[in-house]
Amino acid sequence: MNNNDFDSLPEALQDLYIKMQDDLYDGLKDDVVEATVEALDQWGQEPADILQLGLVAGMDIVGEDFRDGILFVPEVLLAAKAMKGAMEILRPLLTEVKDVDRQGTVVIGTVKGDIHDIGKNLVGMMLEGAGFEVVNLGINVDADQFLAALREHNADILGMSALLTTTMPYMRTVIQRLRDEGLRERTIVLVGGAPLTSAFAEDIGADRYCEDAAVAVEAAKALMEIKRRKA
Amino acid sequence: MADRLFELLERKGLVLGDGAMGTMLQLAGLTDGGAPELWNVARPDVVRAIYQGYADAGSDIITTNSFGGTRYRLKLHHLQERVFELNQAAAALAREVAGADRLVAGSMGPTGELMEPLGPLTLDDARTAFAEQAAGLAAGGVDFFLVETMSSLDEVQAALEGARAASDLPVVVTMTFDTNYRTMMGVTPAQAVQTLHDWGVTVVGANCGNGPAEIERIMTEMAQARPEGVVLMAQSNAGLPRWRDGDISYDGTPEVMADYTRRMRALGVQVIGACCGSTPDHLAAMRTALDGPPLAHYEPAFDVSALQGKPVSDSTARRAARRAQRAET
Ligand code: B1M
Repeated sequence: MNNNDFDSLPEALQDLYIKMQDDLYDGLKDDVVEATVEALDQWGQEPADILQLGLVAGMDIVGEDFRDGILFVPEVLLAAKAMKGAMEILRPLLTEVKDVDRQGTVVIGTVKGDIHDIGKNLVGMMLEGAGFEVVNLGINVDADQFLAALREHNADILGMSALLTTTMPYMRTVIQRLRDEGLRERTIVLVGGAPLTSAFAEDIGADRYCEDAAVAVEAAKALMEIKRRKA
Repeated sequence: MADRLFELLERKGLVLGDGAMGTMLQLAGLTDGGAPELWNVARPDVVRAIYQGYADAGSDIITTNSFGGTRYRLKLHHLQERVFELNQAAAALAREVAGADRLVAGSMGPTGELMEPLGPLTLDDARTAFAEQAAGLAAGGVDFFLVETMSSLDEVQAALEGARAASDLPVVVTMTFDTNYRTMMGVTPAQAVQTLHDWGVTVVGANCGNGPAEIERIMTEMAQARPEGVVLMAQSNAGLPRWRDGDISYDGTPEVMADYTRRMRALGVQVIGACCGSTPDHLAAMRTALDGPPLAHYEPAFDVSALQGKPVSDSTARRAARRAQRAET
């Protein structure tokens, strides 16, 4: 759904979405959850549309204001918690849809030595919203854990996140292990996190650097398409 | 309380801190994401050589290799049961190098955990963890504790109370204002200097961050808000990290850091050192700048007009109205 579609929604529903964004911004988890239920039950909205028009649109504003120095980490964390609350309702519904157009399986985690998980979780939720099955390994994940999970879930995509200049080099180690153990060919490797660049991603042998969650979803879809055609 | 830091300040007026530990260890081969603190016992030769490098460069203070020495940080490396040992070793090595002339600062960095209500860490648990670290550092012979790179005042409070519970050595606090000139938790330099003064901390400042230009603005704000009697401290990164030729390096040269040193002097900062990316070469240049004449004319290197006003986003007014409505009902 794009902005035109948003404009063509009934005004009361538009208001509901804007209220959802505002409440997310203010970190009001209960209100965001309530609005999510209302959009589902009373308006019959698709889970993916609620995610996009309500939650992600709200998080975009939070992200912008964080970048501009209007919001700081405490507010961002509260907003992320509110989003997580709503996702608990949407997740099972998103999975229901998935069997029809299943996109693929993603194993995602923050690399060893690094405990930043806000951005990575956001990416995970957006991928779920786009129809991927997401296995979130959490923080401080080492190569063994990444490889074990890729095998266990027969995953298509590995997503790694690093927010520290001291932990980003570890991504190279993980990719090398994929090569050593013959998993690199069949695994799409996406990397992200604020200090990364596409030059870095290329240098370590990743398939794509994702500057934000939207890019991550696009890249995951596009590379899966290529992978499917090859198969 | 034997406050050797104050004696030194009275005697010298201006004190040179030291430089990076983490990036120096990386240069020395710590590249597997392992715990820097483990090298206090596994590679004491390397840690001692880094301390010695700063001593030879003219540092008045040697800072211990214990930044991630709380149990929460060591837990990432399954070393949480060795807090006392690793901190004591960090301090004992530094004491050896520093001798009687130089001071040893016991570095205490953030736990990396979020404190209640944002995260799971309680004030009690944090206090206990810092006390445990401080006990090891004190046993190894530090002269004072340096609580550094902090972003949350709650965590500073825990560190302060923990350190004070473990020992009566003085505590110095520096925070990191790397998110639009505030800490990532939103603390302003003025708020930091005021609050820490209220909590009985006399040496207060900023460290790490996004390079000398950023810290210059932060120290200006601190200097403007500084209560009587507070001594300011600054330890800037040597510029910014850049990914170059398959490696990360910082772009601040020794000349840049010498210029930063003179600027800090001009702002009335009395304890001046460096952080990530700096080396003994940087500190030697800073020593020269500290011993030489002050700047004849100080011209701020940042946009002074930026000190006023806070940006407001488009959706702010709408939310304000909604909040007011909510308050009514
Ligand atoms: C498919 O795979 C993909 C695809 C896309 C991916 C992806 C994976 N991962 C990310 N993306 C992309 O999509 C996401 C959504 O659009 C984006 O994710 P981001 O994560 O970039 O964006 C998030 C939505 C919002 N951004 C964030 O959540 C990060 C914000 C900042 C302020 C930040 C936070 C919140 C925290 N921190 Co930390 N922290 C900072 C950050 C400074 C900043 N201004 O960015 C940064 C990253 N921290 C830093 C530091 C130094 C530290 N932090 C630390 C701790 C923390 C907190 C615990 C307090 C907290 C984390 C809470 C949590 N649960 O995650 C410590 C490290 C602990 C550790 N070992 O990891 C500590 C070392 C502090 C200390 N002195 O101890 C700095 C790193 C400096 C550097 N260059 O290395 C830092 C840049 C702050 C600064 N200097 O300005 C994209 O990057």
